[in-house]
Amino acid sequence: MSAPAVSAGARPSAAERVGARLVRILPPLLVFVAILVIWELLTAGPGRRVIPAPSAIAAAVGTDQALLWRSAQATLVEALGGLAIGTFAGVAIGFATARWATARDVLLPIAIGASTIPLIAIAPIVNNWFGVLNPLSKMMMAALLVFFPIVINVTRGLVQVQPAALELMRSVAASPTEVLVKVRIPNMLPFFFTALKVATTLAFIGAIVGEYFGGTSDVLGRVVLQSMSNGKFAVAWAAILIGAIGAMLTYVVVVLVERVAIPWYTALRGDEA
Amino acid sequence: MSGSVAAGAVPAVRVSGVRKAFPVKGGGETVALEEIDLTIERGEFISLIGPSGCGKSTLLRVVGDLVAPSAGSVEVNGKPAARARLDRDYGMVFQAPVLFDWRSVEANVRLPLEIQGVGGSERDARVREMLELVELGGFAKHYPHQLSGGMQQRVAIARALAFQPALLLMDEPFGALDEMTRERLNAEVLRVWARTGTTVIFVTHSIPEAVFLSTRVVVMSARPGRISDVIPIDLPQPRDEETRETDRYYELVTEVREALRAHHGPAAGSVASLERARAEGGIG
Repeated sequence: MSAPAVSAGARPSAAERVGARLVRILPPLLVFVAILVIWELLTAGPGRRVIPAPSAIAAAVGTDQALLWRSAQATLVEALGGLAIGTFAGVAIGFATARWATARDVLLPIAIGASTIPLIAIAPIVNNWFGVLNPLSKMMMAALLVFFPIVINVTRGLVQVQPAALELMRSVAASPTEVLVKVRIPNMLPFFFTALKVATTLAFIGAIVGEYFGGTSDVLGRVVLQSMSNGKFAVAWAAILIGAIGAMLTYVVVVLVERVAIPWYTALRGDEA
Repeated sequence: MSGSVAAGAVPAVRVSGVRKAFPVKGGGETVALEEIDLTIERGEFISLIGPSGCGKSTLLRVVGDLVAPSAGSVEVNGKPAARARLDRDYGMVFQAPVLFDWRSVEANVRLPLEIQGVGGSERDARVREMLELVELGGFAKHYPHQLSGGMQQRVAIARALAFQPALLLMDEPFGALDEMTRERLNAEVLRVWARTGTTVIFVTHSIPEAVFLSTRVVVMSARPGRISDVIPIDLPQPRDEETRETDRYYELVTEVREALRAHHGPAAGSVASLERARAEGGIG
């Protein structure tokens, strides 16, 4: 950082920025469309295929609309519920471990240990604990996956503060609360949002894995299993794609919230992600 | 404002018999400061200069009550250092600007005032005044990452001056800047000092910087850190770029250099470990 002073006038215009953004998203968009076209050309027509054609998947969305819509809503509720529970617990434990060294010594090893448990191994147990028909059991599966990255990143963000920043706060006789509110928490927020972005995907994985191990039938995981065993592959693929879209939309919401919550960071980092 | 050195007046800083030792892993200790006695009158500009590891930054931190001395005492304006810190008698400037990325330039300068509880229009006026003082009035709404290193350090100076501290402590504030920027900021610091009448303690590695800025240069030697010389700088005020070209300036630079050389043994060994110990010990 030794560049000359910044002039205010050199900003690109709105039109230029939209243009730049278009140029950036155009190549992946074109590749995506090309993949769809090739996929369609390879798989369309009569006969049994490993993967159904995009047009067949689209048709399945049409015919099984009601079921897919109901299932998507149910799974979305599970994933978001789990995301909320896991995030809340992760933030709470993260603050505790950052604040008290004893908590750090006791809780962090347990959290790390817990994160190494294969999720699939405990899915039946979690279903059993919280009720196989209760959506809460799927939320807890999602929460288990979400919890770990949140704890680690919140702790790190609260603890990894420049030593000189703490000296500065001490020199102005700031209270511990002021240090927390004015230094540690703002410092933590970028770490938190990074973890939250990872956690959105994990929440959908957790919820759907939970569904595989039993529960009500109108959820995306069950729709995949059921339609596979009935040979309705297009419906299974439709359910998978809907799950992916749900995770993606949630991710986008988190990115937008991040931009509003910590604009200074998104500006600092540039405009990726 | 400066130089009211009337007999009996309470000095700005009185350091008496200060010793500071840091424990070393596996037993023993590193002595960073030994038998430090120093009295600073109000309005003085004091530079601490010495080889790496001579404890000059530690001495600054002891005066600022960021590090507790192992023995001895520090009084600031007649009060113990801890009291002075709680009374907000200090402004600190570090080697790194230590600006908060999430705060605009004006919000960074405002931070000490928020903590002090100064509110409303008085606070805004003070922030504006301080930014004008360091000639950054047009950058109030910018964010730190939009500024050059020298500008960031000027913001840090404005922040340190925000609650008009009686004592400004500067720890190698320009050490990371290029020579041209450093000389420009030296002139600026002198101007700020002349206008505010603040007492300044300034840690530096640079002999020309110390001579140009100071009313007295305190020369320290290492292992353990002691004060080996105090050299009064009688260059006339106000000083400017021409001061740097006078014969007297060269004489004083030479004098300080010789004082440093006289006490500076062969190259240092445990400098890094001492710096580390200071960093670890200094984190409250």
